[in-house]
Amino acid sequence: MTDLEKKSRQALVPSDWDYAPAPESREIVRIEERYGHFVGGEWLQPRETYTTIAPASEEPLAEVGQATAEEVQGAIATARDAFENGWSALPGSERAKYLFRIARILQERSREFAVLESLNGGKPIKESRDVDLPLAAAHFFYYAGWADKLEYAFPNRRPRPVGVAGQIIPWNFPLLMLAWKIAPALAAGNTVVLKPAETTPLTALLFCDVVRQAELPPGVVNIVTGDGRAGAAIVEGDVDKIAFTGSTEVGKAIQRELAGTGKRLTLELGGKAANIVFDDCALDQAVEGIVNGIYFNQGHVCCAGSRLLVQESIHEDVVKKLKRRMKTLRVGDPLDKNTDVGAINSRAQLEKIQELVAAGEDEGAEIYQPPCRLPEKGYWFAPTVFTNVAQSYRIAQEEIFGPVLSVLTFRTPAEAVEKANNTPYGLSAGIWTEKGSRILWMAERMRAGVVWANTFNRFDPASPFGGYKESGFGREGGRHGLEPYLEFQP
Amino acid sequence: MAQAPVLARGFELPLEPRLPRIGSVDAVALEARADSLAKRSIKKEAKLFALELAIRMTDLTTLEGADTPGKVHALATKAVRPDPTDESIPSCAALCVYPNLVPTAVARLRGTGVKVASVATAFPSGQSPLDVKVRETEEVVSMGADEVDMVIDRGAFLSGRYAKVYDEIVQVKQACGDAHLKVILEVAELGTYDNVRRASLLAIAAGADFIKTSTGKLSGAATLPVTLCMLEAIRDVHEETGRMVGMKPAGGIRQAKQAVQYLVQLYETLGAEWLTPDLYRIGASTLLNDVLMQIRKERTGRYQSPDYFTVD
Repeated sequence: MTDLEKKSRQALVPSDWDYAPAPESREIVRIEERYGHFVGGEWLQPRETYTTIAPASEEPLAEVGQATAEEVQGAIATARDAFENGWSALPGSERAKYLFRIARILQERSREFAVLESLNGGKPIKESRDVDLPLAAAHFFYYAGWADKLEYAFPNRRPRPVGVAGQIIPWNFPLLMLAWKIAPALAAGNTVVLKPAETTPLTALLFCDVVRQAELPPGVVNIVTGDGRAGAAIVEGDVDKIAFTGSTEVGKAIQRELAGTGKRLTLELGGKAANIVFDDCALDQAVEGIVNGIYFNQGHVCCAGSRLLVQESIHEDVVKKLKRRMKTLRVGDPLDKNTDVGAINSRAQLEKIQELVAAGEDEGAEIYQPPCRLPEKGYWFAPTVFTNVAQSYRIAQEEIFGPVLSVLTFRTPAEAVEKANNTPYGLSAGIWTEKGSRILWMAERMRAGVVWANTFNRFDPASPFGGYKESGFGREGGRHGLEPYLEFQP
Repeated sequence: MAQAPVLARGFELPLEPRLPRIGSVDAVALEARADSLAKRSIKKEAKLFALELAIRMTDLTTLEGADTPGKVHALATKAVRPDPTDESIPSCAALCVYPNLVPTAVARLRGTGVKVASVATAFPSGQSPLDVKVRETEEVVSMGADEVDMVIDRGAFLSGRYAKVYDEIVQVKQACGDAHLKVILEVAELGTYDNVRRASLLAIAAGADFIKTSTGKLSGAATLPVTLCMLEAIRDVHEETGRMVGMKPAGGIRQAKQAVQYLVQLYETLGAEWLTPDLYRIGASTLLNDVLMQIRKERTGRYQSPDYFTVD
């Protein structure tokens, strides 16, 4: 008995409880060595290719096509043909069947997609598994429901599809953005040419497999890959509508290019959202919301809560709790099920983050990063928070698009409104208070497309999403999301 | 520093007098956080570590009207050596029994390192006069209980008589002497997380060494979110005062997998410092055998029949 007693007294407790690695298996997904462009239901051999990599390890994953202007025009012509000869005349209830089918296949193959998304994009598997994939499928389900109800969605306006939609999407939520673009376009009766981001083409290419499996008529969904040149070719091409999600800079260039052409345009661009924390909030939950607002998807979120506006009376408490919480963030292998923060998407993005963080330090803000071991290979940036930030600093003004939070303070609700709106952007905002009347008062005054109360970064296909000012125009999601893909007759 | 305006007696929390002193809890976000922590994937050595720790933190419990010296003796033996075939399995933290069975438990457990815990204060309802509760506490301590699990007067709490709740805890704590006091909030009767937070701070302020979720006599006992809510209260007190208060979820934790989830939550909320039976207990009766079975599975790669583990 004494031995046993000794044993039970011996502290087994190490200074830290190291979770054993829990990687999701890569076996489930098959990556081809080389991908072409998906046009008219067929794979076309690309003339030029480039290598797409895993940002967490810089490991090459596949060769993918760099579409030339000619290849893009071919894809658009195919989409036009499919639009005119069949798809646009198909009854809505028939289009719905295809969309439902795609949604179900995405659900069935969600693990495969989640693994590929994390591999190619660097985001933690728990996010691609629990957020990206369920939401992508939900978008198809949601718009499938609208396909045969357009007349009810827009009564007495005789909605008709616009034609061929050119869609250019970003690298932060590759498959989800694809779903946001393709689902409403198809539900409204359009055909599409979509270009995934240069760094994250693989889930879009895997999606072509789903398109085939769903037996979607050839040419309704066409996918070309490549960098900005391919995107420019889509913008210049014979399309009826451009939908772009990406940087404000490129968005402006597209808008200039399209001026006077009669092509429709929706833009979903950058953001510098304020997450506003009042002293009567539920503190621990607000801190969770702050963390989710900025470190979710490594801060590669256009609506990220990158400016924390905290009431001065609780500033110290919030920062203390925040730093403590940041210490528990697990940075590392995106495929590990316990990873909270994954890899930065590309070297270019990493350099941009590093530059802005250096600027923040130069300008006099106080930086904090929790101790964490970053892998040697790949692109990594530790979760970062800046305190003592002035409204005029670059880190408080410019979109960083990385895991970097700037903390500012305010004294009164009116000051919070003023500071929150004092930005060229207007995509989202967060309000944290237990007081219902204050939520309503604040939400009324926010110039932002989405205002979250006591939560952040929550999405639902039924809820429209989009920006004010330099964050773009047009709405995606909800009934509003159909409008840009429809023409109305008087 | 100036004193805060005097609140109802008993509300002088050992926190710095500044607002917000109690704070509130957002139920949706709390549950979301608990849920995301529960999804941690704990494998191999990390899992073995958690399972062994879970045994060392277990308050093996029997609180039945039908409890007899025989039953308590058997369970006490189990607490000392949960797996007689395996020397490496540690003992449980304590055996938790009704007052009348304290002498039996003490006789069996003296010298083994396993503590004797007794419920007291008109467990489980707490609806008795204070002097009865104090007397009962003194009695179990004099019979040799190392730890006392008391219940708060939920009737008083829910009718806003916080001072009464506070006073009772203070007096029971006094009656405990050197024995450790665990204060049961019976969260299922409190109704909201805000109440749980309030009751947690109240109990801590009144001198609780541990706060505990439930009596185990109601459905809806310990849950991950409610435990997280209490851990956050403990964390706030620690931040403000440096005082380290223990936590005991009890009731409804039956599977090894759940125990691991509770420990992950503990580790990521309060840190490695709290990963000790001195500061965390799991009140359970049927959990132990599942943990033993999982340990053997983790070591040998195979599941064994439940018949290879003693039912006590």
